[in-house]
Amino acid sequence: MSRVLMKGNEAIGAAAIKAGCRYFFGYPITPQSELPEYMSKALPEAGGIFLQAESEIAAINMVYGAAGAGARVMTGSSSPGISLKQEGITYCAGAELPCVIVNVMRGGPGLGSIQPGQADYFQSTRGGGNGDYRTIVYAPASIQETVDYVMEAFDKADIYRMPVLILADGMIGQMMEAVEIKEPNKIDLPEKDWATVGTKGKRKPNIINSLYLDSEKLEQHNANLQKKYNKIEATEVQYEAFGLEDAEVVCVAYGTTSRIVKNAIKHCNDNGIKVGMIRPITLWPYPYDVFKSINPKAKGILTVEMSAGQMIDDVRIAIEGRLPIYFNGRCGGMIPTPASIVEDIKKIAGGK
Amino acid sequence: MLDKRLVIITGHYGSGKTEFAINYAIKIKENFENVSLADLDIVNPYFRSREKKSLLESKGIHVIESSIHSTTIELPALSSGIMGIIQNQNMHSILDVGGDPVGAKVLSRFSDLIKENEYDLFYVINGNRPETRKKEDVINYLKAIENSSSLRATGLINNTHLLKSTTIVDVEYGHELAKKVSWELDIPIRYEVAMESITDKISNKEIEDKFFPINLYMREEWMS
Repeated sequence: MSRVLMKGNEAIGAAAIKAGCRYFFGYPITPQSELPEYMSKALPEAGGIFLQAESEIAAINMVYGAAGAGARVMTGSSSPGISLKQEGITYCAGAELPCVIVNVMRGGPGLGSIQPGQADYFQSTRGGGNGDYRTIVYAPASIQETVDYVMEAFDKADIYRMPVLILADGMIGQMMEAVEIKEPNKIDLPEKDWATVGTKGKRKPNIINSLYLDSEKLEQHNANLQKKYNKIEATEVQYEAFGLEDAEVVCVAYGTTSRIVKNAIKHCNDNGIKVGMIRPITLWPYPYDVFKSINPKAKGILTVEMSAGQMIDDVRIAIEGRLPIYFNGRCGGMIPTPASIVEDIKKIAGGK
Repeated sequence: MLDKRLVIITGHYGSGKTEFAINYAIKIKENFENVSLADLDIVNPYFRSREKKSLLESKGIHVIESSIHSTTIELPALSSGIMGIIQNQNMHSILDVGGDPVGAKVLSRFSDLIKENEYDLFYVINGNRPETRKKEDVINYLKAIENSSSLRATGLINNTHLLKSTTIVDVEYGHELAKKVSWELDIPIRYEVAMESITDKISNKEIEDKFFPINLYMREEWMS
């Protein structure tokens, strides 16, 4: 298939179907409603099932059920809707169920606005639900990357038996870009011998559950989960980085904001300022190690977000006090401008 | 200028109606004193022509948005001013309609009034949208839009593009597609639209004759 023009939300749906997803349970909310709309048309054509749930909570519990039966399943929502789903997400994590959850973030807190935001970083990377659990979090920056990581998310969910989050912002969901829906990579996936697909009288019933009344067993379950998370931290980190070794200033940004930062960096390079960049693609696991490659004589780090500065916590952990950290952020659906970022970079490079 | 005083711009969702509508309004303003652009988009929450209200007003174009004055709300509220510009014989009026048959449904509320006036209804085609790559699909969408709006299309706009990565190949593909639709439905191609930078790549006389160069007002510098 050659390149076509698609809206982010539609492309997410097309990629999911290409990756073998045949079940979507969701509830419309701006700015992600084109995803359920697309699925309502395309999934039945692909032999799948789209179901508009009566609520976000119902939708994520339908995901729990379908995942428990071994199906490739997706749900999507936007910030306040994802908040409602948190109970179901921690249940999926606890019961080790593979599923893909899309969050097309909007301005918050509360109902907030329908304009783009990145203020669900804490919720996504620190766990919005209860208990010691993690979700892999992909934060794509273009429609093409979104498509590619939606496909990858299904594989990672199956490999690690866990919920995987696609963290997009309203701009990625609403923007149109040229995209190619490629054939997904064929990889060997573990057999779902834990799924509730019927015993056929040949084995004991499989049970999908996150309740462990025996404390010792629950502690062991947690230890197993942590072992899995440690492995993911060691092997699944993804990022883009450039110009770190001789940078005067290094910018850190993800998603839509990273696009704006790149535009600002181009202006700075033209003016002779050396600016490097780290763009985390996985927000969990976070690319802490790449920060070690930053020029120790750099003047500082500039974090740019559509939030009040939630990612700064991870940048602090990564930079271990070696360099000062500055912040440029907009909230509530406002988008940082390239000009304001250029101004900040110039100030930091000039030692002001 | 062959076009009628009242121009309605429809098309498949994501065909590029709004970008064309803004460029078209600016072009019309070069030739006529009184120009209005009404944003009838009740489908999209982002990328609506009302976001460019101040730009258009600075060029002397009157902009009618939702009756609830906000670019960041998604209520399907229409302004009473729309009826005014449909009827005002001294006004060159452009209606930027939401995508798909569902977006065009808004027009049926005004269709009796529109039919009392001379109007053009342009149908914008982007052959790079997955749902309108083939002739049959383009025609099906056009007919569905005609049905839901209770109006007839009078012109086709070839707006086949991939945003900033558009090449002449895209424009030519869209031209051939639009031509097939034109023959089948007996609706003329009115404009061949592409970014200004494509201008010197055009070798096909049919495209050149109807070429309508545009600026991408709706795309920020950092967008592709």
